[in-house]
Amino acid sequence: MSVVALSPGYTGEIKDRVENFHGKQLLFISWEDHLMYCAPMCIPVPPNLPFGALTAEIIPGMYVAHPDTPKIDWSRVVWLRTGQVFAPDPAKSLTDNGLGHKALLRFRTPGLNGLNGSGT
Amino acid sequence: MNTSLTGKRPKTLSLKENYALLTRGLGWDTTYEPMDKVFPQDKFEGIKIHDWNKWEDPFRLTMDAYWKYQGEKERKLYAIVDAFQQNNGQFNVSDARYINTLKLFLTGISPLEYGAHRGFAMAGRNFRGAGAAIAAQMQAIDELRHAQTQAHTISHYNKFFNGLHDYTHMFDRVWYLSVPKSYFEDAMTAGPFEFVTAISFSFEYVLTNLLFMPFMSGAAFNGDMATVTFGFSAQSDESRHMTLGLEGVKFILEQDPDNIPIVQRWLDKWFWRGYRLLTLVAMMMDYMLPKRVMSWGEAWEMYFEQNGGALFNDLSRYGIRLPKYHEVAAKEKDRLSHEAWATFYNYTHAAGFHTWLPEASEMKWLAEKYPMTFDKLYRPRFEFWREQQQKGQRFYNNTLPMLCQVCQVPTFFTEPDDPTKICHRESDYRDNKFQFCSDGCKDIFDHEPEKYVQSWLPVNQIYQGNCFRPGVDPTVPGFDPLLEVLHYYGFHVGEDGGEFQDSPDCKNWERWTGKPGAAA
Repeated sequence: MSVVALSPGYTGEIKDRVENFHGKQLLFISWEDHLMYCAPMCIPVPPNLPFGALTAEIIPGMYVAHPDTPKIDWSRVVWLRTGQVFAPDPAKSLTDNGLGHKALLRFRTPGLNGLNGSGT
Repeated sequence: MNTSLTGKRPKTLSLKENYALLTRGLGWDTTYEPMDKVFPQDKFEGIKIHDWNKWEDPFRLTMDAYWKYQGEKERKLYAIVDAFQQNNGQFNVSDARYINTLKLFLTGISPLEYGAHRGFAMAGRNFRGAGAAIAAQMQAIDELRHAQTQAHTISHYNKFFNGLHDYTHMFDRVWYLSVPKSYFEDAMTAGPFEFVTAISFSFEYVLTNLLFMPFMSGAAFNGDMATVTFGFSAQSDESRHMTLGLEGVKFILEQDPDNIPIVQRWLDKWFWRGYRLLTLVAMMMDYMLPKRVMSWGEAWEMYFEQNGGALFNDLSRYGIRLPKYHEVAAKEKDRLSHEAWATFYNYTHAAGFHTWLPEASEMKWLAEKYPMTFDKLYRPRFEFWREQQQKGQRFYNNTLPMLCQVCQVPTFFTEPDDPTKICHRESDYRDNKFQFCSDGCKDIFDHEPEKYVQSWLPVNQIYQGNCFRPGVDPTVPGFDPLLEVLHYYGFHVGEDGGEFQDSPDCKNWERWTGKPGAAA
């Protein structure tokens, strides 16, 4: 039973179907141990965006006020897709890197653990 | 008037007889149409009721008495509100930061009073037992009165402070107001039994002390006598609502053993949804009241862990246990308010009230109340933000956050066993991914996904282009979508939100009262 409803067979409209985003899809990005930025970010991106654009521009732009941001060594970053470590290919698109609509991309920056190492 | 036409004094009815005649005496079994057709909504949830006459209203309140008592109360209340207005009572509050507590309460909770009015009116229509229907109808009127008195309060404070000018418009649009809105709409779109379990029992009985106690004693501590007066007036209604919540749930549990697992699931769900809503109260208690009553952590221990624990001990004879994930709430009590306040500090430029950094004396209080977490986890960010602010670079987060599919709060909550890591949970359903802040919210989704795939998540709606005013053209050069969203919300940009120290509210307060906007 996927809902308790008056009418048998009731189904709901999925409000956030990818078709509603005018050719884009949502991507959630979360930088671990940097909770000065309080929650994962939500951005609309074209599905064919190369993964490398995230590291070159998009992520540093979002976390611009954090003193750790200029110190990120992208070659040492650990990436997680739905909680599993993976190795993205910067030249390939988000889709080809397995990041679909409303996927959550998390990353860890070894050695950079937030303000005074406090996880913020 | 006391003698009948025959000159004989009529027999005075006892309270019990009066109650019976004015409740059950008003009901009947329909004959032209079958009862199931007249009351089509009280079976689909799976709740079995064998004898509606077992419903007992412990107050035995009837409509005639209701009008009399409530009329007297309203006259007193409005006399005091009038005096408050004439004496400019709004300038006697502790300092102008306090008003932001009111803004959050009045824009977030007052519309729920109206929602409760609608919800109980529907429940009253849908219960086939006359006793239950009449209790629900009277509560529907109570809630409408509460919404009205709060509208008068809004109207008064709106003359002096920003952010209160269009609360009903904002309630249907603004990102953080979708949290209380979705909570209540979830209850109203359920069946009548789930609605009363959610609102009368889980919220009004189990969690209400955590809302009204801090809000009303916070108002008293901070010199807001208008709110205190409303609190006293509403309190006699609230105690009746609480009792009905408890009696209602016991009635359902006693009617049929098959009801027990259904009610337990509702208690699990509505405990968690109510607790997530109370996040706003946690930050109000620890950060927004200039004079603090007690910490959120202390309030949780007293009102949930002790009082709630005793309640669920009583209910164990029906086979009911403590709500699922109560232990997660206990683990979160030392972090909830800090994480929430930091979030509003991040996004206050998109809010209808102001935020600020706790002052040194307030940080000392926080460190004393939260010795395990505050200095280690939260002080560093506040100190860094203060440095930035002193350099003229007040920190704002300019990217929208991910929201939980169920509670709609930005997913800032941390792992139950690690306060440094965000708690991420995910489900796949009908080829779509859904993100959650906690196991509690994920469980609610997984049980009824067809309901929650329909969530109107403000951030996602913005990116779909649904949060611009009619006629606005997003393709014109220089179009600023996020600024347009604030116009769509009905905010006065640069006045209603942002840093408190920079706000017109703060400057007006200093000009009008001669007192500092933030009294250290």
